[in-house]
Amino acid sequence: MFKIVKREEMAEGTVVLNEIEAPLIAKKAKPGQFVILKANETGERIPLTMADTDPDKGTITIIYMVVGKSTALFKTLETGDEYQDVIGPLGKPTHMEKVGKVVCVGGGTGIAVLHPITRGLKQAGNQVTSIIGARSKDLLIMEDAMKAASHELHVCTDDGSYGRKGFVTNVLKEILDREKIDLVVGIGPVPMMKFVSAMTKEYGVKTIVSLNPIMVDGTGMCGGCRVTIGGETKFACVDGPEFDGHQVDYDELMNRLQAYCEDEKECYDSFCTMNA
Amino acid sequence: MADTKAKKEKIPRHAMPEQDPDIRKRNFLEVPTGYTVEAAMQEAGRCLQCKKPSCVEGCPVQVDIPGFIALIREGDFNGAVRNLWTKNSLPAVCGRVCPQEIQCEGKCIVGKKDDPVAIGNLERFAADYARMNPTGELPPKQKSTGKKVAVVGSGPSGLTVAGDLIVKGHEVTVMEAFHKPGGVLVYGIPEFRLPKEIVFSEVAFLEKLGVKVECNAVVGRTVSLDELFEEGYDAVYIGVGAGLPRFMNIPGENLIGILSANEYLTRANLMKAYLFPEVDTPIPRGKNVVVLGAGNVAMDSARTAMRLGADSVKIVYRRSRDEMPARKAEIHHAEEEGIEMMLLTNPTKYIGNENGRLTGMECLKMELGEPDASGRRRPVPIEGSEFNIDTDLVIVAVGSGANPLLTQTTKDMQLNDWGYIIADPETGKTTKRGVWAGGDIVTGAATVILAMGAGRKAADSIHQYLSWGW
Ligand SMILES: Cc1cc2nc3c(=O)[nH]c(=O)nc-3n(C[C@H](O)[C@H](O)[C@H](O)COP(=O)(O)OP(=O)(O)OC[C@H]3O[C@@H](n4cnc5c(N)ncnc54)[C@H](O)[C@@H]3O)c2cc1C
Ligand SMILES: Cc1cc2nc3c(=O)[nH]c(=O)nc-3n(C[C@H](O)[C@H](O)[C@H](O)COP(=O)(O)OP(=O)(O)OC[C@H]3O[C@@H](n4cnc5c(N)ncnc54)[C@H](O)[C@@H]3O)c2cc1C
Ligand code: SF4
Ligand code: SF4
Ligand code: FES
Repeated sequence: MFKIVKREEMAEGTVVLNEIEAPLIAKKAKPGQFVILKANETGERIPLTMADTDPDKGTITIIYMVVGKSTALFKTLETGDEYQDVIGPLGKPTHMEKVGKVVCVGGGTGIAVLHPITRGLKQAGNQVTSIIGARSKDLLIMEDAMKAASHELHVCTDDGSYGRKGFVTNVLKEILDREKIDLVVGIGPVPMMKFVSAMTKEYGVKTIVSLNPIMVDGTGMCGGCRVTIGGETKFACVDGPEFDGHQVDYDELMNRLQAYCEDEKECYDSFCTMNA
Repeated sequence: MADTKAKKEKIPRHAMPEQDPDIRKRNFLEVPTGYTVEAAMQEAGRCLQCKKPSCVEGCPVQVDIPGFIALIREGDFNGAVRNLWTKNSLPAVCGRVCPQEIQCEGKCIVGKKDDPVAIGNLERFAADYARMNPTGELPPKQKSTGKKVAVVGSGPSGLTVAGDLIVKGHEVTVMEAFHKPGGVLVYGIPEFRLPKEIVFSEVAFLEKLGVKVECNAVVGRTVSLDELFEEGYDAVYIGVGAGLPRFMNIPGENLIGILSANEYLTRANLMKAYLFPEVDTPIPRGKNVVVLGAGNVAMDSARTAMRLGADSVKIVYRRSRDEMPARKAEIHHAEEEGIEMMLLTNPTKYIGNENGRLTGMECLKMELGEPDASGRRRPVPIEGSEFNIDTDLVIVAVGSGANPLLTQTTKDMQLNDWGYIIADPETGKTTKRGVWAGGDIVTGAATVILAMGAGRKAADSIHQYLSWGW
């Protein structure tokens, strides 16, 4: 059993943070890795990236968006409640090294995934500029944490209710036009990662993205998480979840994410079009 | 003497009572319902109690077959189970899933003229009897040695090692990556062939003996092999199975509606997705389902698809009936349940619609050519024989490989060219000091009883090591 020691709601309750007791995982986890959680006996195994870890306290932090039955169930868990199963750390950690100038681009809950990577890249000695975006002001998360983790932060909202009006890619383009960037990390909804990658490809800037296909075991034994990278099939749970953004077949990924939409609707009056 | 022998041979083999095919093909209850006491004692009476029993040679772990059958005939069912346990710690499982026709029963002398003695059914009977009428008796445990052993993987081979070493006085912890123990017995083999309650009761028995079972422990990720030694374990047994799914590598394989058998069966069995939406894990319910392959995994997938409401289920296999590797009983059960066999057929590509969903599959007809390295006649495509099959769900059950998750994080342990761990066949010793391995991760996908046999040999060797050194 894995106890929730802290719980916070963000973005008008559409995003929830849990800090969970999981000492073995906290000791081992590195930025970019994820865990699989199962709330109870009948629950589904849900992959979520660790937004933070505290090895001394023995806790990990996850931040998830409520999109369907399982995340809605997670939302009902209060401080003091327990997850039946937490498995990890899974996936390959982000490769952190000093490359020079880095731009970190995050959208939606992708910002939670991006945060420890941003912090790590800054600690590794890079000059880090971050761009984060949300549909509107109320849905924006982790602005302060991202500000602390970067040298420079830009904020955008689709509707202009806060920061710059427009998409994160607008700001990214200005930066790419202005200076030579060595690495871009883009994490967010699949369409965002697709557009970021298309743009950085034009500028010839290496780009890392983190993929979120449907998973079951997270250990390479089911093949459900397969993605096409540079024409080759890879298992995101063991070969990823981070890949070279220029090699990813995003359309296939978006499509495969829809595999259970009709079933999930049956299970929960669903948000299926969210990722479309 | 000769007289009684002749009389005994006349009793026909007691058929296993089974659920009617038309009913069972839509439910997940166990298909064979088990012998009654009378049937078991009668069937036991068919055994000739051979002095040199050839059946025993056919059993990979040399179960004392005439011995336990004699006890059933006398009505001493607990005695029969005690006898079984000396060689086989999971008789309720083996009685159900061993390919008896090529092992014990295939060698039974009665089988020369008549149907062989139903050794598997009797083994199952004795084990079920003991589970349903528990005596509470535990095997005697030797005094504690203070040595600690980690068993990685809770499949049949890991469980065997754990059971053997705990009674020898060692401290044993089983580490399992999934949230439930049992390995393939739980995530792969379906409920209708092996009720999960049986596996869990076996694990509960081990826990009662003092074995610690830690689920959600992915060795290689949560903890590395070397860290286990740092934490104070004196020996490690690796029984992680052959869980890497193989695909066909033909165009269109990533369309929605194509799943590995591992994924399909894990959703159905471990996650109980057949109860969706009462449980939260979904599973695709195909109308016209195709299963690629013809082993036990393929039969289990096909029969699961039928139970999930398919209109049609086809097994597509590139060789002929004689080469189908599944247990004969399961092929027979599958056909009774209306599963079609499309033999000498090989898929060449998948066909999808504009939404990226599978709608069909193109196949080629095959014919048998010259024998290949395996001694089986090699299937060769018949040119121009392409044809399409309509299908909305394909389950790929064409074999599995070695999962590199653990082995790639353990640098000083030698693997063979296919990524399986190299271990001494007699002792299970790997090339890394203090580490043993056995079961599917050494042999490649094999059988439950072979995995258990390897576990037993390794347990003996580990015990020797802990007593006297490497
Ligand atoms: C490696 C990895 C890391 C992730 N990290 C985060 C994170 O930090 N924060 C966060 O909010 N989300 C994260 N996700 C996505 C998260 O797992 C899904 O949102 C969640 O599984 C949805 O479950 P549900 O039952 O609530 O929704 P469902 O009703 O199942 O589905 C709603 C939507 O989520 C998608 N989805 C369903 N199941 C999965 C699945 N197993 N994996 C991915 N997507 C799925 C569906 O395509 C659908 O569009 C991550 C996914 C992966 C693979
Ligand atoms: C669908 C199906 C049907 C079958 N039917 C039959 C049959 O009828 N008769 C028969 O004799 N055989 C059958 N087999 C084969 C048989 O089940 C296997 O040969 C046997 O289970 C192998 O046992 P094992 O202990 O080596 O590994 P497994 O049973 O595969 O167990 C390995 C365990 O290790 C765990 N694991 C893997 N990696 C790690 C890690 N890094 N850390 C921690 N744990 C890990 C896995 O999750 C798993 O639980 C079938 C197999 C399948 C898949
Ligand atoms: S363990 Fe398997 S092969 Fe051996 S006697 Fe029992 S059923 Fe036969
Ligand atoms: S070979 Fe057949 S008849 Fe002889 S002991 Fe074995 S089971 Fe009995
Ligand atoms: S989640 Fe099963 S192989 Fe990746």
